[in-house]
Amino acid sequence: MDLIVDNASTYLDGFAVTARLTAYSAVAALAVGLVMAALRIAPLRSLRVVAAAYVEVLRNTPLTLVFFFMVLVAPQFGILPPLGFWTAVACLALYTSAFVAEAVRSGINGVGVGQAEAARSIGLTFGQVLREVVLPQAVRSTVPPLINVLIALTKNTSVAAGFAVVELVGTGRRLSTANAGDPWVLVGVAVCYLVITIPMGLLATSLERRVAFAR
Amino acid sequence: MSRRRTGAVLLATAALAVAGCQADAEDDPAPAPEADGTATTDDGESDPGAFPEGSTMARLAEEGSITIGTKFDQPLFGLVGPDGVPEGFDVEIGTLIAGELGIAAEDIEWVETPSQNRETAIENGDVDLVVATYTINDDRKQRVGFAGPYYEAGQSILTLASNEDIQGPDDLAGARVCTVSGSTPEQNLLENYPEVEVVPFGTYSECLEPLRNGQVDAVSTDNVILAGFAAENDDLEVRGEPFTQEPYGIGVAKDDVEFRMWINDVLEDLFADGRWTQAWESTAGTVLPTPEPPAVDRYED
Repeated sequence: MDLIVDNASTYLDGFAVTARLTAYSAVAALAVGLVMAALRIAPLRSLRVVAAAYVEVLRNTPLTLVFFFMVLVAPQFGILPPLGFWTAVACLALYTSAFVAEAVRSGINGVGVGQAEAARSIGLTFGQVLREVVLPQAVRSTVPPLINVLIALTKNTSVAAGFAVVELVGTGRRLSTANAGDPWVLVGVAVCYLVITIPMGLLATSLERRVAFAR
Repeated sequence: MSRRRTGAVLLATAALAVAGCQADAEDDPAPAPEADGTATTDDGESDPGAFPEGSTMARLAEEGSITIGTKFDQPLFGLVGPDGVPEGFDVEIGTLIAGELGIAAEDIEWVETPSQNRETAIENGDVDLVVATYTINDDRKQRVGFAGPYYEAGQSILTLASNEDIQGPDDLAGARVCTVSGSTPEQNLLENYPEVEVVPFGTYSECLEPLRNGQVDAVSTDNVILAGFAAENDDLEVRGEPFTQEPYGIGVAKDDVEFRMWINDVLEDLFADGRWTQAWESTAGTVLPTPEPPAVDRYED
């Protein structure tokens, strides 16, 4: 227990990296995911196919492999991403965007098809239908699953520890080696993750209550 | 169509990259151990009668065979080739010791002793001795006896053969150095070389691609591991003397002090008459600098 207190500043450094990884990846993943969800219901078949391929490939590839391709395979094709933080953000954002897209799509599917038909019939364009009618309704039921995706993202940032980023897990490994494998080190790491994820879970619950509406 | 082909190429490359991590035996440049010349000695020690009655040496000399544990997967120290016979510096040392007992190289039975099995193999009597990149430490001395050290390994630096700027740990200031996250070498760099920018990966083989791409300047861990990479990759070189100490010893049964002390005598002979240097230069010495022989440690229990 003392060990966690004594190394508080080291933990804090690792925590800050994990928090930044999570924040940047979340913003990027939400943006890309939203676009992909829109493409999946686009009126053009080719766009739907591209979006579906993107989502299915990334959603079904282990995150470690995404990192592996980006960090160790891409350079062999002449693409040299900078080692460390931003490459990790890119990998996490790519991977998570697929889950965001699925969460948003299921939200959109939850909006009655009559809504979209009615909107089309009064002459709204595809973009307007999405913006003015479908998405405002879809977002309500999408928020809780999206927060689940972000909680998973928070925990997934730990994969970056094996690819030149010293976040919470990397920090924990260093502390563990420096303290002869003391099990309290990892307890401290776990607590740091909970500090991020538990408030997110609570937020999800309260939002769920606030945005709930009768159909 | 073209997308599918790109996918196949990517997959194949990934498979190659994975395979490359543990590429082994085939292109190991270390020459085969020289069996002849070390198998017998003419100084009379190989005569069973020369050993104290009831000693392990007398028993082994009488039987004319010995079982030696070594690594089967450690390039340059103990690596089994396609013919099933291990090669490397540890194997040479084991062969030389057996030779002092009058046991020919072909009468040695080699047994694989990976790191986690070495103490058990000695305690169970599965092997007569273990020469397997076996670091002497106090925890292990509780369970087994150590003759030697016969070599001092330690943390070292691997860099591109074309990189002349890095010749030792003092040249690492400001350099990006790849190592394994949470490893002892990483700890050592952080504590003793604060100027170094440590880049942690999951395994050492994952450090090689970034090293070649110039994303890191060097890789640092035990010189024995680095030497394995250098032996398999002509574009990589190990630089400088080790800057930590990992004394490699020969493991024997804990209470067999007589055998342990006899091996120490043999090692000192090997150090003195140049056979040790010869064994080194024909194996690990092909990629690592030739060190001074260490001083054996005749510790009391």
